[in-house]
Amino acid sequence: MKNKISIVLTGVGGHGVITAANILGKTAVKEKINVFVSEVHGMAQRGGSVYCTVRMGNVSGPLVASGTADAIVSTEPIEALRYIQYANKKTKIITGTTPVFPYTVSSGLEKYPNINIVFKELEKYGELYKFDAVKIAKDAGALITKNIVLLGSLSAVDVLPFKSNSLLETILDNVPAKYKEINKKAFNGGLEAIKK
Amino acid sequence: MEILEEKPSKQILLLGNEAITRGALEAGIDVATTYPGTPSSEIADTFSNIAKYFTKQKKDPSFYFEYSTNEKVALEVAAAASFSGLRVLTCMKHVGLNVASDAFMTYMYVGCKGGHIIVSADDPSCHSSQNEQDNRYFALFGNAPMLEPSTPEEAKEMTRIGFEISEQLKLPLLLRTTTRLNHTRAPITTKKLQKPLGKGHFEKDPMLVTLPSVARAQHPILLDKMKEAEGISEKSPFNKIITVGKPGEWGIVTSGVSFNYVREAAEDLKLNIRILKLGMTHPLPRKMCENFIKSCKNIIIIEELEPILENQFKTIAYDIKSDVKIFGKSTGHFSRLYEYTPDIVTEVLSKIFKVKNPFIKPSNTDVKLPSRPPSLCPGCPHRATYYAVKKAAPKTTIYPTDIGCYTLGKAPPYEVADVLLCMGSNAGTACGLAIATDQKIVSFMGDSTFFHAGIPPIIDAVHHNHDVVVTILDNRTTAMTGHQPHPGTDFDGMGRPAKRILVEDVVKGCGVEHIEIVDPNKIKETTEAFKRALNFKGTSVVVSKSPCILLANRDKIQQGDKIPIYTIDQEKCQRCKTCIGKFACPALYYGEDGSIMIDEQQCNGCGNCADVCPFKAIHVKEDKK
Repeated sequence: MKNKISIVLTGVGGHGVITAANILGKTAVKEKINVFVSEVHGMAQRGGSVYCTVRMGNVSGPLVASGTADAIVSTEPIEALRYIQYANKKTKIITGTTPVFPYTVSSGLEKYPNINIVFKELEKYGELYKFDAVKIAKDAGALITKNIVLLGSLSAVDVLPFKSNSLLETILDNVPAKYKEINKKAFNGGLEAIKK
Repeated sequence: MEILEEKPSKQILLLGNEAITRGALEAGIDVATTYPGTPSSEIADTFSNIAKYFTKQKKDPSFYFEYSTNEKVALEVAAAASFSGLRVLTCMKHVGLNVASDAFMTYMYVGCKGGHIIVSADDPSCHSSQNEQDNRYFALFGNAPMLEPSTPEEAKEMTRIGFEISEQLKLPLLLRTTTRLNHTRAPITTKKLQKPLGKGHFEKDPMLVTLPSVARAQHPILLDKMKEAEGISEKSPFNKIITVGKPGEWGIVTSGVSFNYVREAAEDLKLNIRILKLGMTHPLPRKMCENFIKSCKNIIIIEELEPILENQFKTIAYDIKSDVKIFGKSTGHFSRLYEYTPDIVTEVLSKIFKVKNPFIKPSNTDVKLPSRPPSLCPGCPHRATYYAVKKAAPKTTIYPTDIGCYTLGKAPPYEVADVLLCMGSNAGTACGLAIATDQKIVSFMGDSTFFHAGIPPIIDAVHHNHDVVVTILDNRTTAMTGHQPHPGTDFDGMGRPAKRILVEDVVKGCGVEHIEIVDPNKIKETTEAFKRALNFKGTSVVVSKSPCILLANRDKIQQGDKIPIYTIDQEKCQRCKTCIGKFACPALYYGEDGSIMIDEQQCNGCGNCADVCPFKAIHVKEDKK
């Protein structure tokens, strides 16, 4: 295990970014690994840009210094790019490909950049893994499992200090019985999307 | 519930705020009070969730908890329980302590009996606040002992031990936190939960009645208590020296979350340094600080916001005639603005020590990214109210606003937020604008804000006959901070049935003669109501009643009801842009060919876009999955 592991999770308020960060934290505790998670609450939750950080190992706090993220995981393409300051060439950048327009775009005040340019840009700063997380989540049975899909992918890129199964176990421990199957499918869907 | 873990020495992952609640439970808390405010909210919400958990099982939660009407009431309720010998906690955001400060300042004179922790959650960088005031000044101002945690584990321990310190000194203790601590999740180690007293007894004591003669007698007693507190600070395990590398002539003094950045930066930069980490920061351990100053040639003080430690260290250095050099804010190395980060602390230390900063220059993209500011949710009833107001009010209308989700009405196309100071200020500033101008005034506040601080200014308006329209956006919850109940809900923070106080009844009682009660989702009727209110000479109030869409939809799902998703019939759509340009729900967007679409991920099914469409082109597509 690396001495320090830093993960940045980003997305849009309401996408389950905080839940995903929390699950990583819980798994670390279970695996007896020191961990700090920083969350965003309050006003930003209302559709705003959200970012959480998770740091594990020999660390004293949750905030990630510029250029030191081992992974940036985003539910939405431009939200990955918005936090690109944390990336270095080796950073694994995992993002869902479906744009979610901010109201500044939907109301015509600002423009959403060409999606291919966004992906090219992301490739410039790190190792990019992109796939349709919305489709995988819907196929699994619920759109809201998009965050779980991304956790599945994160577990497959050799960044986490614990095994995929351990992470999945934490997820399943924290959802009601009737949603276990959906979450399992979502997680495995994300994991396989990386291996493809 | 994991937070109620009975076994000691277990590691559980808790948010800083939850850790504070856990610490209170380990100390046998009897009464907890609050008014919700980010970043403090989850302390109280955790008490509330625990109480509801027990209430549901018809068990006794063993403590009393309430969401009080405002922070001042919260502090008074808890102070009286402390006078009766119980252990109590009051939590609030930093500006909440302004509201509670009238009680706070004199409370220090009187002192407490049962331990009392007052949590102030400060917000450097104003993540969710109207200012970034440094509430450590309140500890100095009021003479309150103060603890400042760096991690959730420390927050828990400081809360637990804080009760003992508070009881020893008979003084309420300020636990000063910042957003980064409140909203950091980390493992804590459990200690045994303690059973609370349950009931106390109030012994009458003339010293509790702060007549001038009593206050004059209490003030020197308070100063003596602070002397005693200094002794506690000297011995406190929360004040300690940590050496990184080899000890040398350089020292760093730090507290709170800054310590985390300092420790990692010192390691990353391979410095030889001693760090004086202060956890009990008021009163300072004077002797310990003197010895630290004497042992250093240079000291760097690293603290967010105001130079409170820095100024005190300079005073001590002067008193002991030390010629130590002190680096900090006054030397321009550190800012009085905003939250610190690992980048900031590492960069400054690398400059002072003339070593290379190991972090690479941050990547920067040239692609112009659209901003993603928070916005009113799709289906939010406030949007419908704002749409109606803009139809009814003349262009020059001034819109004083208040603290809550509805502040987001500042964004275009509504721009219905022109003045904002603090909780309740909408109606007070409305009165002033009515005196000073001939413009129409429509102010906005939420229902929770109304009960908190909105009533006195309405009385002022009525009594002086100010020509204003005060709008109360009654969505039956304290939405922004996480949907807490308030006096207008029919249940309380413990999950028990509670007497609902109707906004309109209170408004009537204040003597308002023109009251309009509307359902904002009926946009035409709401527009007419605002027109009547604007035409009324004098104070009128519009109560706009519709539940927060997030709660309404949650209830629908729980009851098995469907939430519809709307779609636009592209044949009927004339692209007049009424829906997207004027109503401006964030679920609407332009397709690549310029057609207007509804994002089904975002649609919450309120149907207001269908109402405002002049061509009846919007209809229900299907139910949300």
